[in-house]
Amino acid sequence: MTTMDSPAPVIRRPQQLAPGTVAVVVRLGLIACIAVLLSSLSPTFATTDNLLNILRQASLLFLVASGLTLVIIAGGLDLSIGANLTLCACLSAAAIKATSQPTAGIAVALGCGVLVGLTNGVLINRVKIPPFLATFGMLWVAQGIAYWFMAGQVVYGFSPAFRFFGSGFWLGVPVPIWVMLVTGACGVIFLSRTTIGREVYLMGANEAAAVLSGIPVARRRTLLYMVSGLMAGLAALIYVARLNAAEPGIGEPLLLPAIAAVLVGGTSLFGGSGGLFRTLLGATILTLIVNALNLLNVSATWHPFVTGAIVVLAVLADAAVNRGARR
Amino acid sequence: MLANRESPDGGPETMAVRPGRDQGTAEPLLRLIDISKSFPGVHALRGVSLEIHAGEVHVILGQNGAGKSSLIKVLCGAYLADDGVIEHKGRRIAIQGPADANGIGVGVIFQEFSLAPYLDIAQNIFLGRERAFAKAGIIDKAAMHAAARDVLAQLGLNYDTWTFAADLGVAQQQMVEIAKALSQNSSILVMDEPTAAISERESERLFEVIARLKQRGVAIVYISHRMREVVALGDRITVMRDGAVVASYRRDEVSPDEMVGAMIGRSLAGLKRREALAAGAPVLTVTNLQTAKLTDISLEIRAGEVVGLAGLVGSGRTEVVRAIFGADPLRTGVIRLDGADFAQRPDRSTRAGLALLPEDRKREGLALPLAVGENATAAALWRLFRRGWFAPSVAEKVCRNLITRLNIATPGPAQFVRNLSGGNQQKVVLGKWLAAGSRLFMLDEPTRGVDIGAKTEIYRLIDDLAKDGAAVLVISSELPELIHLCDRAYVMRDYRIVGHLGRNELSEKAILDLAVHQ
Repeated sequence: MTTMDSPAPVIRRPQQLAPGTVAVVVRLGLIACIAVLLSSLSPTFATTDNLLNILRQASLLFLVASGLTLVIIAGGLDLSIGANLTLCACLSAAAIKATSQPTAGIAVALGCGVLVGLTNGVLINRVKIPPFLATFGMLWVAQGIAYWFMAGQVVYGFSPAFRFFGSGFWLGVPVPIWVMLVTGACGVIFLSRTTIGREVYLMGANEAAAVLSGIPVARRRTLLYMVSGLMAGLAALIYVARLNAAEPGIGEPLLLPAIAAVLVGGTSLFGGSGGLFRTLLGATILTLIVNALNLLNVSATWHPFVTGAIVVLAVLADAAVNRGARR
Repeated sequence: MLANRESPDGGPETMAVRPGRDQGTAEPLLRLIDISKSFPGVHALRGVSLEIHAGEVHVILGQNGAGKSSLIKVLCGAYLADDGVIEHKGRRIAIQGPADANGIGVGVIFQEFSLAPYLDIAQNIFLGRERAFAKAGIIDKAAMHAAARDVLAQLGLNYDTWTFAADLGVAQQQMVEIAKALSQNSSILVMDEPTAAISERESERLFEVIARLKQRGVAIVYISHRMREVVALGDRITVMRDGAVVASYRRDEVSPDEMVGAMIGRSLAGLKRREALAAGAPVLTVTNLQTAKLTDISLEIRAGEVVGLAGLVGSGRTEVVRAIFGADPLRTGVIRLDGADFAQRPDRSTRAGLALLPEDRKREGLALPLAVGENATAAALWRLFRRGWFAPSVAEKVCRNLITRLNIATPGPAQFVRNLSGGNQQKVVLGKWLAAGSRLFMLDEPTRGVDIGAKTEIYRLIDDLAKDGAAVLVISSELPELIHLCDRAYVMRDYRIVGHLGRNELSEKAILDLAVHQ
């Protein structure tokens, strides 16, 4: 209750950390703990090779999950990223084979990714299909086109210039890690330092209020699905360059780990909160855990179980922190 | 459009509370004595007494916020009365929950129906009571549908009981609700504004059904503010105002004028009318606007004017401002700002200088999970950061200025907006539009759920806006508030503007005469 004549608001509380900061600090701490524990348990963990290997695997997961993170913060969902990655990979591989130009492959992959994203946006905005259903449909459509296009073949064997994107090094660090750092930095700046980035949070927190505040929500949404598609295309290029092959089974297994990376990072599926740095941490944690299980000789059959447990724990922990902040 | 009316006598009329004249007649089916209910800061019901008789229609009449809905909720067990006595057939009882209400045969037809869309009519009527038709654990569908047809026949209806509720029109759904209540042997049927969403012809059908129910000895509590229905249906009429019963009549004792007189008379203590300013050039002109719901809306607002949009809830006031803002599509009509066309789309309207403060601030006005600062700049990002680069320091400065200017009680821009009181939240929504530099403010119920202190501040702010040359359109269900704030007002009924009242014509009586069906 407010009184007009009280000199200062009485509800002032001691300064406390915002829940977002808490989430990031907790995750950094978790990564440090796992790292310390593992270096004492396994002599191979703390080697440069192993650490770079972990980050390189995390970078692919992050690229797929980064566009998804933006879409989820805005209150949407993109289930088509895995299949979109497959389609981009197959089409770009074929384009490179046909033209022997890596640039043709890059253009095809990024173009295909954006186009699938645009279709998602149109389905949601114009045809009024909920994001879950629209992108779920696109998952099957993109996958189907990839199967038809490849007709059971595998495209493999690319020039070293193209493979540099997946397996090359720059300043001693694998190229995919550089790509992760650059796109991550761009994404963080986009979310925190552009008006569109701020609008993403508003539309995710309350879409009706965002519309009635004059935010062009439909256009912003289309843009975000296009960015999500673009990131799938970029991930496809790096994946093909790393595997030196493309076939219709490569993207689909990445969808659920990407969602897991977003959740473990601490971005809420309900929209309105989260961030890209958090997804980077989430992808790192998931990769780190799998690496730990491998080093400790735990059977691979247990990996999904552990991943699931971590996702649930992360979501529960965030819920507890948010409840604390709300009091 | 101008309604010619005599100049009213101004001050709020006082109305003597008439004692109920029901003594001496038969024993009432249900008698409420001195029922009170309060919530923190609000007296929803103050000592309400009411008699409900079998075979009679008892109309409850009153403005929005008079306490009609609270009364229904006490009757159906949704609210537990703080104080008072309820007698059923002369025996004192307690209604402590929906089960108790069902036990004495109270059935309620709410405005929002609760039918399961993909169950058929028979399944809906007997929902939760299928066991009555079970034979060895299997439902005898034939028997259930026969029973459903039987209930509908009692209402004079001949529906195909296999139809899904989703395929029924609003009026038919209402009939199924009534049949459902009847099948539960309801002896007291409460109807909350049953004709609000149905056509004239369907209303006639409803009145026939009500007549049949009366013959069967069902008591009907009928909430409405349509004078024509009140006169046509009501055997007893009770008028409520500010949570209390102000008058109770038998139909033959009272004229519509007298009832309207009893409905008004609330006052805002210590409020003088806002001083009128010299109006400038027209800011907004709306000509023959038509949407899916609205017909033929024309209005004009000038710079420095505060114009009211009066009417009862559901008369189309919100739809008008939404259409002007571009939130709902237009069919036809011309909307001009400063004499120029602009695209009817919320983002364009915002940039053109329109502001909309929505009726439901939690659902449409604020992003509750976000901070005060993020909300306060939500409508102004385009203006503060023309190149699209966001600077947190600038946003924070703008927000701090708003906090000072609007006297928002919050530790700072980083505070979550959900932790603010209703009045301070509303100031954040207003601040959003101040930051956006709007020139036309459309305020839909700006003081709903706001404490007295913040209310006065919002009034002062509206006055300041007008002095600065902005145009303000105010929607309010609180007539004293409208009269206090507005230079003139348009009155709506049934999605049309039915009249315009100039400064000297503006009174509660004049507004209600236009807003209520006669």
